[in-house]
Amino acid sequence: MAAIAELRTLVQPTTLAHERVLPVLPPLDAVLPHDGLALGSTIRVDECTSLSLALVAAASQAGSWVAAVGTADIGWAAAADLGLDLGRVLVVPRVGSAEWAGVVAALVDSVSVVMVRPGRPVGERDARRLSARARERGTVLLLDAAARSWPIEPDVVIEAVGSWSGLGEGHGRLRERRLDVSISGRRAAARRRSVELWLPAADGTMRPTSPMSQPFPLGPAG
Amino acid sequence: MSVRTLAVWCRDWPVVALDAPVGEPVAVVRANRVVATSASARVAGVSVGLRRREAQRRCPEVRVVERDEDREARVFERIAAALGDITPRLEAVVPGRCAFPTRGPSRYFGGDEALAGRVGALVGGLLAERDGCGVGIADGGFAATLAAGRSLQRAGSPPVVVAAGQSGAFVAPFPVGVLSDPGPLPAEMVGVLGRLGLRHLGDLAAIPRADLLGRFGRDGTLAHHLANGDDEGPGRLADPPADLDQVAELDPPAERVEQVAFVAKALADRLVGELGGRGLACTHLVVRIETTSHDGDGVVERCWRDDGALSATAIAQRVRWQLDGWLSRPARARGGAARRIVLHPEQVVTAKGHQHGFWGGRSAEDERARRGVARVQGILGADAVLVPERRGGRGPREQVRLVPVDAAGSVVEPAVAHAPWPGRVPRPHPGSVWPDPIPVELTDVGGETVGVSGRGVLSGHPAKLSIDRRCRLEVVGWAGPWIVEERWWDPTGSRRRARLQVQVADGAAYLVALEAGGWWLEAGYD
Repeated sequence: MAAIAELRTLVQPTTLAHERVLPVLPPLDAVLPHDGLALGSTIRVDECTSLSLALVAAASQAGSWVAAVGTADIGWAAAADLGLDLGRVLVVPRVGSAEWAGVVAALVDSVSVVMVRPGRPVGERDARRLSARARERGTVLLLDAAARSWPIEPDVVIEAVGSWSGLGEGHGRLRERRLDVSISGRRAAARRRSVELWLPAADGTMRPTSPMSQPFPLGPAG
Repeated sequence: MSVRTLAVWCRDWPVVALDAPVGEPVAVVRANRVVATSASARVAGVSVGLRRREAQRRCPEVRVVERDEDREARVFERIAAALGDITPRLEAVVPGRCAFPTRGPSRYFGGDEALAGRVGALVGGLLAERDGCGVGIADGGFAATLAAGRSLQRAGSPPVVVAAGQSGAFVAPFPVGVLSDPGPLPAEMVGVLGRLGLRHLGDLAAIPRADLLGRFGRDGTLAHHLANGDDEGPGRLADPPADLDQVAELDPPAERVEQVAFVAKALADRLVGELGGRGLACTHLVVRIETTSHDGDGVVERCWRDDGALSATAIAQRVRWQLDGWLSRPARARGGAARRIVLHPEQVVTAKGHQHGFWGGRSAEDERARRGVARVQGILGADAVLVPERRGGRGPREQVRLVPVDAAGSVVEPAVAHAPWPGRVPRPHPGSVWPDPIPVELTDVGGETVGVSGRGVLSGHPAKLSIDRRCRLEVVGWAGPWIVEERWWDPTGSRRRARLQVQVADGAAYLVALEAGGWWLEAGYD
């Protein structure tokens, strides 16, 4: 077995850093560094659950497992509409503070994306240890959290401001939300980028607000 | 295809093993209940399952003996040794019963009938009563055991030989109870079969196997195989030889996981080596860690199962996880160190090899995730890891439920999940759904709580949503109410609710519901 594992690493084509990413649904992919979720990176999404779910949907479709820790209140119906494969989701809804770091570490070792919502501020030592572990294992650590609960700076920070439409004074229904997403962070994400999208659109999926906001390939005219 | 098997069944083995004089009434008891009786005690009315006191009342001269399984096994060794002259492949099932494949011996002795007669005479000769042993031949060990039992019931215990290919028809009229005794299945499951109206093995065999698998899991499949007179089924399930247990004493007792894990790795290597030498692989492993702690019995025990057989590393890892779970309790609560580790393979199968995807494809990802699940379960308990499953429902909380990972896939009904559900909350679905709704206040411009009339009309325009005293949000838009009356025919389960979507000044939107006179925050569109 060990020999095969070694052989496997030898014959695999060399991967460049930007190839080591998990796919992300358009149009979010275009604004993320390396066009996806870089393996081993720590990403913080500031209190927008559906954006967190939209980020991991494509990876889950491609066969990656997603674990969610401390998230008893995720709307999984919305997640399924966004394209998440519910068959590859593990949820640990409630964890005591004593076991929290151990559980997250165990999941970082074993699934591709760990969504974490710390109920209380995480100690700096735990935070550093977990993000180092994620980097080493190539696991994406997705912090669905407020800035104050994670003491160290993540690789990518995603903020969003949205406004709903469709609801009147006693008529209509929530139809869609226009979400202004801006992405910043360190290194490759240092340049602030932003995109506008419908999240969720009327059918529960994610769409660009206009076709023009999506980057189109430059080719010979005509 | 089942292996043609000969089974030997000695009547009342716990009694016979005592070497009591023929005719003496004897009752063997365990935990104050009679587990076996001699023929004369039976005649006097002493039956299996009676309390000791009741047995003595019915037959005052009965000799009551505490059960001694070691002695039973020791005495049975005599018979096993004698059968060793006939076959090299004897499988002792339990003391008093054994079986072996007939292929070679049958040809040598001139057919099944001749072989059965010879075995009957040989074993009968060793026993005090010549007709004290039944011999049966059939396809598969289970059918052969039933044939041996049938042989015991007949006068003089003539061997019962079931013709090749007829095992299914032979076992069909037996009651389902034989699946747990002498069969290998849990008695609770067999009880359920009986309550479902399945009285005979034939009834069970008529059910599609997939349905049994869906209802009872692997045990269901095994039951179906047995009811068809076929016991190959999902791998040959045999009680592993007891000498496979691996034990390590830790002296001085180990307080750190690393120390124990180090010993456990060596133990696991030895266990896998032993199993490999016999061509077996372990699917159910009991890891038992005895500790110096005085609270409870000081034993941490857990059964680990794995469909792809457990490797040495996997076993060592599981010991470690189990210990992690124990050590992560506060030191005062656990109060002790590990002093002894026992690895007990509870179920083994013939090793067939377990192949991973060569390129580290999908199966490796799933395997890794499964290991993660086992590890988290080791820390938090088996019910801590959940998976979302689609169910039908109107509200966001009912549409997808979280179920323990071990129970996943057992109850989902996709047809219901995609049924129309009139009155359901329209798409898009909310991103956050609170498992326990939060009480809120929804008031109109005058500060009065908004009500909903029986005809579905709001008493006023919602103006303020107060989640708690500090958080009062101005309502800028709303829609509804959507009245849902569910299970009105059920006096305890009926619910009447009015749902409202509200949008507040800072752009957020919520789903609130009026139920039992109060407003509840059900979900947030974030």
